[in-house]
This record gives sequence, structure tokens and C-alpha cells, in this order.
Amino acid sequence: MNKVVKNAKEALAGIQDSMTIMLGGFGLCGIPENCISEMVDLGIKDLTCISNNAGVDDFGLGLLLQKKQIKKMISSYVGENDEFERQMLSGELEVDLIPQGSLAARCYMGGAGVPAFYTPAGYGTEVGEGKEVREFNGKPHLLETALTADFAIVKAWKGDRFGNLIYKGTARNFNPAMAMAGKITVVEVEELVEPGELDPNFIHTPGVFVQRIFQGVNYEKRIEQRTVRVKA
Amino acid sequence: MLDKNGIAQRIAQELQDGWYVNLGIGIPTLVANFVRDDINVVFQSENGILGMGPFPFEGEEDADLINAGKQTITAMPGASIFDSATSFAMIRGQHIQLTVLGAMEVSDSGDIANWKIPGKMVKGMGGAMDLVASADNIVVAMRHMNRKGESKLLPECSLPLTGVKCVKRIVTDMAVLDVTDQGFKLIETAPGVTVEEVKAATAGRLIVEGDIPEMQL
Repeated sequence: MNKVVKNAKEALAGIQDSMTIMLGGFGLCGIPENCISEMVDLGIKDLTCISNNAGVDDFGLGLLLQKKQIKKMISSYVGENDEFERQMLSGELEVDLIPQGSLAARCYMGGAGVPAFYTPAGYGTEVGEGKEVREFNGKPHLLETALTADFAIVKAWKGDRFGNLIYKGTARNFNPAMAMAGKITVVEVEELVEPGELDPNFIHTPGVFVQRIFQGVNYEKRIEQRTVRVKA
Repeated sequence: MLDKNGIAQRIAQELQDGWYVNLGIGIPTLVANFVRDDINVVFQSENGILGMGPFPFEGEEDADLINAGKQTITAMPGASIFDSATSFAMIRGQHIQLTVLGAMEVSDSGDIANWKIPGKMVKGMGGAMDLVASADNIVVAMRHMNRKGESKLLPECSLPLTGVKCVKRIVTDMAVLDVTDQGFKLIETAPGVTVEEVKAATAGRLIVEGDIPEMQL
């Protein structure tokens, strides 16, 4: 078995206009930088992107927004991006804002074969409009449906030829749940290793969820809010 | 009147040994600076860490270690890191003892609005809706009035809601108030603030019973 492809271009073979794409990351932390840049080069458009955030104006998904390649965003938080806000308020961009926990669960359930589930998040708010409500243990819950994607694009720290993955720090975030939910799951890693090099006890995403993996290059890993303290 | 550090300091008095606590962005983040030395509290950040520590020293920032406000952080000894689905499982499953978050408006029945100003600001709810829908113990940290001098403690929220009937306690620059079936109940006043001033600054129903103590900071 060998899921290794050469680069982002090979990894994204078959990606097309109007597809639904999941992208891991929280802010700019743990985003698939190589694949985003390849998507910009490919010029594919009318995309529905499922991602917790929308990048910043000049990095991450902001790059796809600038080129107007995204038709619809499904996210939980989209601050820090003026172009996004402009496109949303002018109606150019369709936006579905959903609670962060519901977003994570909807991806996870999509990959886990659970088509829908109940959660209390969003009951009594705009998020609940038009959704089925059911009471459990005396508390109202909303029916939320699972999400899947044509491509799930994931960034991991280390991965092997079988697609087993380990993430680093909080760069893990949405990556494991999205890795489960792609019809084709593509992974870019900082370090591609041979099977057996990663301790099976510490695998975060088992390779079964992964179809293509490649060694990423030139990671910028931009920090959105550099906060430090001074040594006493 | 308290400044934002004063609000955070008063909220820190709510913390108990052994609690897991989620702090929202803004004033709530400052609460971590005022934890008593004799208790252990573990801070959760919903992007996937329990045991969030202080900001790193200059030069030690790690792009792969941030909090939900996208700020660089450190991990305490005994910290754990997990994915977003697991993070919200601990929130939704009520494994977190206290949630502190900011608000634009709170109603006297405990509704909260903090994610959207229609036509003006639409940043999204992030994890706030999951947090307020599930947490047993929600403390709101905010100023009592907005920049225009209007009360943020209302009979009904005018902005789109984040959650309904969920806020338990509010700590403002003027007072500590609990949400009860009869409305806001005044618990403490901030140093230098009178009960009359709190009444004037509170648009929702306000209950004042007996002598109201001043906050001890």
C-alpha cells in the first residue's frame, strides 16, 4: 500500500469547480498551506468551503476569497478578514455560520456514519430556525445533520505511507474530524516517514481515513496574534 | 467602578480548587492572572487544550500552540491536547465546571447576545453557543453600560441571541448580579458605586434585598 503522492498538485487531482471542500485548521494554526496555494493556482471556483475560519486577508483561505473562488463558506467564526466581511455583507458570498462544537461534531459524524444528531447548541437562536427540536431530559435540542465533503484537506505534523497521522500542539483542532469526512482525504505533512516509524499507540488519525498523503514544503506557519511575556 | 482587571479579579474569586474552566476572549482571559496560589484550576481553550499556561517568553512562541483567541500560549505541566470534536464533547458533556464569557447584552431572564450586530458586525459565534447551551455555571464578564451609556442589562435582548436562559451570574464594572426567576438580583456593588447608581444603570428588572455588601478585592 502506498498513498504517497508527489505534491499538492497530484494530491488534488480531480478537484473541480462547485465541489464541497473541508479544510482543517483553527485560525492560521494547522491549515493546509500547500493545498490552499495549489487551489489558488488551479483557479477552481464556486467552491463550498467548510472550515472553522476563513483565514486572514492575505493568507489561508483569504487567498481563495481574494480570487473570488469561494461561493459559500460554512464556518463558526470569520472575524479578522475584511474581504470576507465585505463579500458577505454585499451578498457575493453565501455564509452559513454554525456553532463551533456543532461544526466539529457534524464533520466527525459525517465520517462516522451518523447522519444526524441532537445538540442543545443554538436552541432559541437564529441557528435553530427551521430545525427540528426535541426534548431530552427536559432540555430542548436541535437536530443537526452530518457533513461530508468531496475533498477533505488536512495538515498533520507527521504521517506515514499508510496515511497514519500525528498532529502537533493545537494544530490538531479540526483536522482529525475532517480527515474522517472526506470522500477523498488529502493530507500534507511536515515529515513523511516509513510505516513502523510512528508508534501505533500515539497515532491520532488512523490511515484508513486517508487516501493521499504528501510531504509539504515551505511552511510559513504564520502567527495571527503573537503574544509574549517579558522575562522578569 | 472597576476596570477590566478589577472585573477579572472579582470573577477569579468564583474559582474553586479542581475546577476545569473555559475563559472566553477579552476580559475573561484576564481571569487567569488572578487565580489564588492555594488552588489548582485547569483552563480549557476550545481549540483543543486543557492546561493552558501563560503567554510564552519572547522568542519561545510556537505557531502550533495557540488559544481560541489565536494568541500564542504555553502548556502547563499536566496539560493535554485534543481535537475540536473532543473539545466540544467535554463542553457539551458538562465536564467543564465554569464558563466565563463576555456579552453585548444580557436579559433579566438570563438570555445572552454576544455574536452579531445585524448589518454591522458578523464575526460568528465561534464556540459561544455550544458553551452557553451546555454549561451549568456561566458567568458573564462585561461593562454595565455600552459606549453610548445605555444599559447592557435589559428586560429583553435586542441583538440576535447566543443562548436562552443560561446566564447565572454577571460581574460588571459596577456590580455582581445573579439571574433569578424575578430578574437580576444585586449581590455586591463595586467599590465607590452606590445601589442607586446600579439601579439607574440597569434597564431590566432588578431586585435589591437588604444591605448590599461592597466587593472585597
